[in-house]
Amino acid sequence: MSDSDVIELTAAEAVAAIDGGRLSAAELFEACRARAAADELNCCTWVADRAPSGPPGQAPLRGVPLAVKDLFCTAGVPSQSGSRILEGYRPPYTATAVARLQAAGAPLLAKTNQDEFAMGSSNENSAYGPVLNPWDRARVPGGSSGGSAAAVAAGLAPWALGTDTGGSIRQPAALCGIVGLKPTYGAVSRYGMIAFASSLDQAGPLTRDVSDAALLLSHMIGQDPRDATSLAFPERIAAPRAERLDGVRLGVPRELTGGAGGDSGAEGGAVLGIEPGVLVAFQAALLRAEELGASVSEVSLPHAPHALSAYYVLAPAECSSNLARFDGVRYGARVADAADLLDMYTRTRHDGFGPEVRRRIMLGTYALSAGYYDAYYGRAQRVRTKIVQDFDAAFAGVDFIVTPTSPTVAFGLGEKTGDPWSMYSNDFCTVPMSLAGIPAISIPCGLSGADAGLGPGGAGLPVGLQIAGPVFSENRLLDAAYALEQALGFDGSRARA
Amino acid sequence: MRAVIDREEVLHVARLARLQLDDDEVQAMASELTAVLDHIAKIGELALEDVAPTTHVVEVTGRLRADEPRPCLPREVALAQAPAVQDDGFLVPSPQA
Repeated sequence: MSDSDVIELTAAEAVAAIDGGRLSAAELFEACRARAAADELNCCTWVADRAPSGPPGQAPLRGVPLAVKDLFCTAGVPSQSGSRILEGYRPPYTATAVARLQAAGAPLLAKTNQDEFAMGSSNENSAYGPVLNPWDRARVPGGSSGGSAAAVAAGLAPWALGTDTGGSIRQPAALCGIVGLKPTYGAVSRYGMIAFASSLDQAGPLTRDVSDAALLLSHMIGQDPRDATSLAFPERIAAPRAERLDGVRLGVPRELTGGAGGDSGAEGGAVLGIEPGVLVAFQAALLRAEELGASVSEVSLPHAPHALSAYYVLAPAECSSNLARFDGVRYGARVADAADLLDMYTRTRHDGFGPEVRRRIMLGTYALSAGYYDAYYGRAQRVRTKIVQDFDAAFAGVDFIVTPTSPTVAFGLGEKTGDPWSMYSNDFCTVPMSLAGIPAISIPCGLSGADAGLGPGGAGLPVGLQIAGPVFSENRLLDAAYALEQALGFDGSRARA
Repeated sequence: MRAVIDREEVLHVARLARLQLDDDEVQAMASELTAVLDHIAKIGELALEDVAPTTHVVEVTGRLRADEPRPCLPREVALAQAPAVQDDGFLVPSPQA
C-alpha cells in the first residue's frame, strides 16, 4: 500500500488493513512518523524517532499510532503543556488515558501543540508558536487541542487525544473538519493530565470519523484508583451502526442558536454572532436529520446565556489554584540570580507564563480573594446548578441537544488576539455542556464561505455540528452522530492534499 | 456589581498569586480584568438565593482507597527534573535576602 493510500485510511480501516495482511503496523507507523516529522503546520512538539520495538500482536488497536496533546504526561517524553515554564520537562510517569491506549496497541507517535495549559480557543497562546489550519494556513485550527485537530485533519496522525475544559476538543475539531468527542465528566481518568480546571477537564478523542471516536473512547474509559473523580462507565462503548434516526428527538436551544431551527433563525442567530454560513450548514444538517426520521423542535436552556460568565469565573479560579504548583522548585524553569525565595517565585512565574495564563491566574485569584468569593465563585457555582437543571428539563422532552459547535468557521491568525472576551465567545455553544458535565460530540456538517472564496479551491471552510446528550449517553450519541455522518458524507480529504 | 480594577488592586492580587508584573503590564492587566469582569457581572442579575452550589456534576461520594503501603517515586527520580538539588533535597534560595 502506498504512503498516500495509507494516509487516507481511518484508524478502523487501518486496523482492518493490518488484519487483512495488506499493511503492517511498522509500515503504518513509519508512514505517519515521516509525515509528522515533516510537519509544516507546527502541530507537533515532539515526534517519535522510530517505531516501538516488537509487533503489537493481537492488541485490539493493532499498532495504529496515536498523537497525544502535550499536556498528557508521557514518561521520558517532553510534556510541556504548551508552556515555557515546563520547557524540556520529561515526566517520570504516563497519564492513565495514554497508558491504557498504549496497552490496547496504540503506540505514541507524537505530542501535539496546544494553547498554554489548555487556555485558549485558537492555539495562538502556545509558547511554541501557533498551529496553522490545514484548510488555510493563514487561519487558526481552533484550540486548545489545535495541534491534535490539525494533525488528524492533515493526515499526520490517524487519530489523537485531546482534552476539553470548555470546548477544547469540540471547537478545534469543528474548525479542522474532523470529529471530536468530549465524554461525560469522569468517564476518562484525569491522572497524568496537567491540570487546568479540574472540575471541567476531560480527555477525549479527535478522529477522522465517528467510528474511530467510538473505537478510541472504548479503550480510554474506566475507573482509575489514581483519580477519585473517575467513574465506572455503566456499559461497553460499541461500534456505532445506526443508519436511521427514526424516533430520535433533537432539541435546538433558542438561547444558543437564536431559534435557528425555525424560520426566523437567521436573524436570531446573527444577534448571537453566529455567521450566516454556519447557520445555513447547521440548518441543512437538521433537514438531513429529519429525512433520516428524526424530529426537530425548539427547546429552552434559560440559563445558557450565563454559562460563559460562570465559566470564566470557575475555570480561572480553578486554574489559579492548580497552577500554584509551578514555582520553580520541583520541576520546570527557574529564573537565575533570584534575590530571595519570593523573588524567585514571582519572577519565575512571570517569565514562565504567557499573557493569557497570567490573565487567568489573576482573574481566578481575584475571584477567590477575600470579599469577592461569594459574589463571583459562589454565584458561578449556583449558575452551574441552574444550567444542570436546564439540561435535565430539556432532556425530559428530547433525546439530544443540537447546536453549531462554533459560531464561526476558522478565523485568521491574529484576528481575535487583541480582545479576550471576543476570543472567549468562541466557546459560547460548548461551555454549557462542560459546566453540566454531559457528553457532546462535534461532527463536520458542511462547508461555509464558498461565496467569499474561502478554503482550498474556494470551496469553503468546515462547519461543526454539536450533538449533546445526558450523562453516560455516549453510545446513543455516537449512533446518532454516525447515522448523520453517513448521510452528510462530508469530505475532509482537501485538508490532506 | 460593577468592578473597576485599579493599579493597586492588580498589585495586591499579583502578590497573592506570587506573580511579578512589569510596570506596563500592570496597567494593561487592570483594563483587561475590568473588561472581562464587566461581562462576568451579568451573573449578578440572576436570583440565586435559594439555589444550591454545584461543586461536582456527577454524583460521587467520598471514596477511600485501601490503606496499603505502596512504593513511591524513588528519590533520585523525584529530584531528576528539579532546577537545583543539594544533599538529596530541592535547593531553593533563602527566604530572607
